[in-house]
Amino acid sequence: MVSHTLEPLTAANTADAPAVKGPPGWRKLARSVRKLVGLAVIVVVWQLLAARGDLGNQTPTPGQVLVAAYDLIRSGVLLDNLAVSVVRVAKGLAIGLSAGLALGLVAGFSKAGEDFVDAPVQALRMLPAVALAPIFLIWFGLGDLSKVALIAFAPLFPLYLNVLGGIRGVDERLIESARSCGVGTWGLIRRVILPGALPQILVGLRQSLGVAWIVLVVAEQTATTSGLGVIINDAKEFLQIDVMFVVVVVYALLGLATDALVRLLERRLLSWRRGYAGV
Amino acid sequence: MTTGVKVRQAGRRFGSRTVLRDVDLDIAPGEFVALIGQSGSGKSTLLRAIAGLDPDATGAYEVPDRHAVVFQEHRLLPWSRVWRNVTLGLNETNLRERARRALDEVGLAARANAYPGTLSGGESQRVALARALVRTPGLLLLDEPFGALDALTRLKAQALVARLWTEHRPAVLLVTHDVEEALLLADRVLLLDGGRIAETFDVDLPRPRSIGHPRFVALRRQLLAGLGVADAEEKL
Ligand SMILES: Nc1ncnc2c1ncn2[C@@H]1O[C@H](COP(=O)(O)OP(=O)(O)OP(=O)(O)O)[C@@H](O)[C@H]1O
Ligand SMILES: [Mg+2]
Repeated sequence: MVSHTLEPLTAANTADAPAVKGPPGWRKLARSVRKLVGLAVIVVVWQLLAARGDLGNQTPTPGQVLVAAYDLIRSGVLLDNLAVSVVRVAKGLAIGLSAGLALGLVAGFSKAGEDFVDAPVQALRMLPAVALAPIFLIWFGLGDLSKVALIAFAPLFPLYLNVLGGIRGVDERLIESARSCGVGTWGLIRRVILPGALPQILVGLRQSLGVAWIVLVVAEQTATTSGLGVIINDAKEFLQIDVMFVVVVVYALLGLATDALVRLLERRLLSWRRGYAGV
Repeated sequence: MTTGVKVRQAGRRFGSRTVLRDVDLDIAPGEFVALIGQSGSGKSTLLRAIAGLDPDATGAYEVPDRHAVVFQEHRLLPWSRVWRNVTLGLNETNLRERARRALDEVGLAARANAYPGTLSGGESQRVALARALVRTPGLLLLDEPFGALDALTRLKAQALVARLWTEHRPAVLLVTHDVEEALLLADRVLLLDGGRIAETFDVDLPRPRSIGHPRFVALRRQLLAGLGVADAEEKL
């Protein structure tokens, strides 16, 4: 017996189809809401578990953390130290990203460059920031420099790898056809190779920014008198667990913010792309 | 400017495989020459050598300074708008206007600001053609530019090339494996086989050409025989 059923084409299920998608504005709103749902779920679960004491009787609820954050903001402690940390990360990234980009370009554009650059970079890449922190203290002193140096060091590698990989991934046939159009070396770099590598470079940028915040935590754990790490260290000493949570949440928010920045950059720079965007 | 093409003893090996052995080839200024040959016979290799894109090719090449290539795939930069693709590599003022005029000739002026990713296959090939034309080439090198198009679009594109050639009169080298395409467009058809030009056919047909012309039918049979598919039309 043939047992497939044909859905009758009623007014209801034809009229439905466009309504599901809705106008663009509505869809945009729906997306923003969806993006917040995941975060909201985390907060709600945290609230429930902390209130019931399932996370140990020391864990503050989101509400308590909010109160602690309010106090920290009012006293100026949070914002002052946040500013110090953000400046450190900005300085470190400025150096690290420039170096990663420059080395990636050198290795990408010339075989000789790759031979010189790649081996040492790969060797250094394996050194964990945690192990380097005390060494950098010895080399660069107890001041800001050692922290900035550490934050500069770690993000260099994800960017380097992705710049090099991105350049290697540029379609050789596009380069050939650009050459046949009379494009010179500089034009080739600007019009073909860099834009072709850009999607991958932005992936690297995203990874590098994430790494920078992680290394910030490591860098500010010892020999620090200012920065987010100091708030955590002090709180640890006085067992102010809610304050420690405030800083953890701030780290998370900083991560989210930088990621959003790169997404914005991607939307701007990669508007030509016709990649699969998901359903 | 109108020097035409003179190639002597063109050769190319890949490892121990010799793809081009000893190719001599002349194209007069304004002449339309088609190059046919079996797949893998070295047509693209020869075209790349003539275009100066293959540093490992041997032989002597005399080619107009102004030459342009249209490849089998359109090879447009996906991140550059259509008009920027058309003017790629040119550095003079008023590029936009030049692009608009070239696009106008291929009927795509309206898409000047689109990204290549939004074009159909035929449109992309026409943009590639506009990119070649905008350089006012003395030599136009076409490597199976219509190979990937459907039959109807292909006919239109062939007519477009015929019209543009009549208007601008560059020397043309058209690589194709489509015997009818070669006979519709070319003054002369060269057969590449065994790494050399094995045969030359003068297409002494009046233009515009029609597939039904008895001389056309006879020439087609000769070309197919040269390609080693003499029986093809008896089977059809
Ligand atoms: N870079 C390369 N390395 C090694 N072999 C190559 C290379 N390029 C081309 N060949 C070989 O040279 C031969 C000729 O290639 P070519 O692309 O010129 O053929 P063609 O006549 O254009 O064929 P088609 O009609 O299929 O496009 C082929 O056998 C191919 O495998
Ligand atoms: Mg080919």
